[in-house]
Amino acid sequence: MSAAVVRSALTLFLVPLLFVSLPGSSLAQENPYIIAYDHYLEEPGNLEIEYFSTFGTERAGSDFHAFWMEFEYGATAWWTTEFYLDGQSTFGDSTVFTGFRLENRFRVWKREHFINPVLYVEYENITGADKLLKEVEGHDVETDYADRNAALRQEHKHELELKLLLSGTHKGWNVTENTLAAKNLSNSPWEFGYAIGASRPLALKASAKRCSFCRQNFIAGVEMYGGLGDRHSFGLHETSHYLAPVVAWNLPSDWTLRLSAGFGLNDNSHRLLVRWGVSREITGFGSAVKNLFGGHR
Amino acid sequence: MSAHVRALAATAALLSVSMALAQQDKPPASKYRKDALVYAELTKAPQKARAKRNPLERDPDAVAAGRNLFEQHCTECHGDLAEGGRKGPSLLVEQVQNSEPGAIFWILTNGVVWRGMPVWSKLPEPQRWQLVSYIKSLGVAPKPSSGSPTAPPSGPR
Repeated sequence: MSAAVVRSALTLFLVPLLFVSLPGSSLAQENPYIIAYDHYLEEPGNLEIEYFSTFGTERAGSDFHAFWMEFEYGATAWWTTEFYLDGQSTFGDSTVFTGFRLENRFRVWKREHFINPVLYVEYENITGADKLLKEVEGHDVETDYADRNAALRQEHKHELELKLLLSGTHKGWNVTENTLAAKNLSNSPWEFGYAIGASRPLALKASAKRCSFCRQNFIAGVEMYGGLGDRHSFGLHETSHYLAPVVAWNLPSDWTLRLSAGFGLNDNSHRLLVRWGVSREITGFGSAVKNLFGGHR
Repeated sequence: MSAHVRALAATAALLSVSMALAQQDKPPASKYRKDALVYAELTKAPQKARAKRNPLERDPDAVAAGRNLFEQHCTECHGDLAEGGRKGPSLLVEQVQNSEPGAIFWILTNGVVWRGMPVWSKLPEPQRWQLVSYIKSLGVAPKPSSGSPTAPPSGPR
């Protein structure tokens, strides 16, 4: 068994265990999307800590396991800020840290409407070895990820990413559409992409007793995402696209588990991207930090 | 200074600002004013929303289910007994308890985003109505005696 596989397995199973010791959490009502965003922001003062894995197949090279930690904080009811740390293990190659991201989402309208816009701004400082495929943009294709990590790490990306998130919830169904424009700040053209999703809880009424396996704790759906070329060649030519059934399990014991199997829809796509994630919401994190530094209880 | 260090410093600064924004100290007087502004939002519910009847008002499980939902999603701001917390106002006051169920449902759906209450439309409609059933079951808390202005209200559970 290669060292990369061992490290990957350790990351896979040990990191989530850290979440067990976190205090002061509450039941989240998280959507099942891993790539698409809906219009719901983090509750003010709460911190959500998330860990996600992506196993990807690679026809021209080695399969890989990419992973990220995500710290999502509700600054206000209309502003959520997030910080990501990314890494990956390529089987038969190496495990590398691939960079960090800083993301902000801003709710535009103060009331709920049929369609609710949210503005998304992200700065990425990553290397070419980043294999999260958290956003598929421009002419991203499978062969971009086939080189060895040592070669891929030579490329550094300082990228600005803007999204318009349009989402609405009706009769229990959430439908969302994300339009993406990204620019590598080192003289590259704007690249475009999309993500769409739909999801619904398996039951709309809550049960009178707390339970782990009640249907209302499960939210199932589907998401689709892909690239739309760049400023010079907008369209579907030389782009990759994925279709992924998704499910989230919101546990009364404070955890949310997500699972997704993404299937490549054309020859430019990875055949399979299996993703899973675990998250835990820490309520009152902002208050706890303030108390730590002498604030009023 | 490397680009990494600058970016991390900017991240830390942004996180600090966001936490400070969310957790500003508020003197009690401004807390009361803020609570009053939140209660005033109830009066802004459109007539059509007010006129909605709670479809679960005769559901024997609605209050119990609503209490579970309240404990899971609302106690952090509104307190364990809905008596109010540092972030959210008491729900045991006449402004809330005398409101139409439809107005409370409307507030749950739309939030009071600029004053810190998020939208709760991510909870399906029946769950929001279950929350309304529970909140309305609490009733108005007795007014604290003059000698104990901060005595917590004792709403039914």
